[in-house]
Amino acid sequence: MNNLLVLPMVLPILMGVLLVFLRPYIRLQRALSLVTLLASAGIAAYCLEHIRHTGIMRLDFGNWLPPHGILFVGDSFAMLLVLAACVVSSIILIYAFSTTGLQTEEMFFYPFVLFLVAGVNGSFLTGDLFNLFVCFEVMLLASYVLLTLGGRKMQLKEGITYVLINVLASWFFLLGIAYLYGALGTLNMAHIAVRVAEAGQGPLLTLISIIFLLVFSLKAGLLLYFWLPGSYSAPPTAVAALFGALLTKVGIYALYRMFTLIFVHDPLVFQIIGVLAILTMVGGCLGAVAYSDIRQIVSYNVILSVGFVLTGLAISTTASFQGASYYLIHDMVSKALLFLLAGTVVYLTGRSKFHEISGLIRNYPLVGWLFFLTMLAVAGIPPFSGFIGKVYIGLGAIEVKAYVLLAVAFLSSIGVLYSLLRIFLNSFWGETTISEDDQKHFDKSLGLPLVLLALLVVAMGVGTELLAPYIQDAAQTLANPELYIRAVLGDNLE
Amino acid sequence: METLITLLVGVLVAVGVYLLLSKEMLRIILGTAILSHAIHLLLLTMGGLKKGDVPLLQEGAAEYTDALPQALILTAIVISFAVTAFLLVLSYRVYQESGRGSELRGQRDE
Repeated sequence: MNNLLVLPMVLPILMGVLLVFLRPYIRLQRALSLVTLLASAGIAAYCLEHIRHTGIMRLDFGNWLPPHGILFVGDSFAMLLVLAACVVSSIILIYAFSTTGLQTEEMFFYPFVLFLVAGVNGSFLTGDLFNLFVCFEVMLLASYVLLTLGGRKMQLKEGITYVLINVLASWFFLLGIAYLYGALGTLNMAHIAVRVAEAGQGPLLTLISIIFLLVFSLKAGLLLYFWLPGSYSAPPTAVAALFGALLTKVGIYALYRMFTLIFVHDPLVFQIIGVLAILTMVGGCLGAVAYSDIRQIVSYNVILSVGFVLTGLAISTTASFQGASYYLIHDMVSKALLFLLAGTVVYLTGRSKFHEISGLIRNYPLVGWLFFLTMLAVAGIPPFSGFIGKVYIGLGAIEVKAYVLLAVAFLSSIGVLYSLLRIFLNSFWGETTISEDDQKHFDKSLGLPLVLLALLVVAMGVGTELLAPYIQDAAQTLANPELYIRAVLGDNLE
Repeated sequence: METLITLLVGVLVAVGVYLLLSKEMLRIILGTAILSHAIHLLLLTMGGLKKGDVPLLQEGAAEYTDALPQALILTAIVISFAVTAFLLVLSYRVYQESGRGSELRGQRDE
C-alpha cells in the first residue's frame, strides 16, 4: 500500500527515460507524458485521501528502518503540493503541445519536463536531508536544460546566471548537510528533529539553521531573488509557467519543513524570516510596479507571493499554516495561469511592453476576461482561490499580534492588484490597434489549458470547503512536529 | 588530522571563491569545481576521518569507520560532474553565439 508513495517520483523518471528512446515519435511522446502526469496526479489524490483516514504514510526503501535508510514520508502538506504540482504541470503540458516548436520537442523536451516534475515531487516527499539535496539536483538539472533549450542568446545569458547561482546554492546546501552531520550524526529529518530537541538548539545549531535558511532562500527567492526575474522571463512560455508554478514552491516547502520540524526552538530565526519576508514583499512590489515588460512584472509577482507565503512561516500558528497551505496551492495554479496568459499576450501581439499594446480585449475577449479573473484571484478577491489563504494568514498574524507583518502582507496585495491592473487597463482596454485582418488566429488548443486553469482557480475558491479537511490535516502536522516524528520513528524511537 | 584537512578545505574554498569572482567564464567553472572538491573533503572530515576498521561486520573490529560520508560524497561527485559538464557546454555555446571571449558580464560599453 505504502509503495504507492514512490510512484509520483518514479513514474515520471521511468517514463522520461523511455521517452528518450522514442525520440522521433513526437505524438506518442506527448500522449505518454500527459498520461504519466495525470496518473501521478491520480496517485497523489488517492494517497491524500488515504493519509486523511490512516495518518502519515511512510515508505522505507529496502526495508531499512528509520533512522538508518532513506525514506519517503507523505503527510498531507507534502501530498497536497504533489497533487497540485502534477495537475498544474499536466495542464501546462497541454499548452506546450501547441506552442513548443517541433525542433525543441525533438530535443528531448518532454523527458526533461518529466524529470523536472519527478525532482519536484521527490523533494516534496523525501524524509531524508541528503535525498532532498539529490531531488533538488534532479529538478535543477532538468530546469537548466529546459531554460537553455532552444539556445536563443537571451536564454543562454540568463542560463549561465541561473546555473551559477544554483551551483552556489547547492554548495551551501552541502555545507549545511556536512555541518549538520558533524554535529548530530544523522540525516533523517525526523531523527535530526529529535536530536536537536534533545541537545537544545544552541548557537552552533542556530548557525547551521541559518545556512539552510540561506540555501532555501536562494531557491525560493526569499530576498535573494535577483536572479529570478531574468531567468523566469527568458525561456518559452510553457517552461516559464512550469518554473513560476513549481520551482520556487519547492524552496518554500523546504523552508517550511526545516523550520516547522527541525529548527523550531529559536524565535530569532523566525524574526529573521519575518524581516526577510517583509523585504521580499517590498522589493517584489517595487519591481512589479517599476517594469513595463509584462513577463518581468509577472516574475516579480512570483517574488511577491513568496514573501507572502513566508509571512505564514514567520507567524507559525495553526491558522497561518492553514493559510499558507491554501495559498501555496492557489499560487501554483494562479501563477501558472498568469505566466501562460502573459506568454499568450506576447505571442499574439509580438510585443512585450504593456504600453505598446492596446485594446486586446476586442480582439481576444477570452484572453482578456481570463486575465481579469486571474488578476482578481492573485490579488485575493473572493470568490477566487487567493482569498481564503490570505484570510487565514491574516488571522494567524492577529493571533500573535504581528501587526507590521500583517500590514505589509495586505498592502502587498494592493501592489499585486496595481501592477496587474496597469497591464489590464493599458493592454486590454482602450482603442484596438490590431485590425481584424492582421490579428493572429487564437487557436482553441491555446485556449483549453488557460480555461482549465481558470476553472481550477474558480473551483478552489468556491469549493474551499472540499479542500478544508486536507488543509487542516496539513496544518496540524506542521504545527505539531511530534506527529511527523512519531510517524517516522514511532516504533523504534529509543 | 581533522584540523589539517579542515585547513585544506579552507584553502580550497579561498581559491574557489577567488576564481568565482573573476570575469573569465572558464575560471568561474574551475572555481565551482574546486569549491565542490572542498565540500567533498569537508563532508568526509565531518564524518570523522579514520576512526576504526573497514565497515564490514564480520571482521569483528572494536570500532568501524563511518561509511555514510563516502556514500554521500560519491553522490555529490556525480552531481557536480554532471553540472560542471553542463556548464562547460553552456559556456561554449555562449562563446559560439556571442563570438567574443567567454566573458560573463555584458559588453564593456554597457
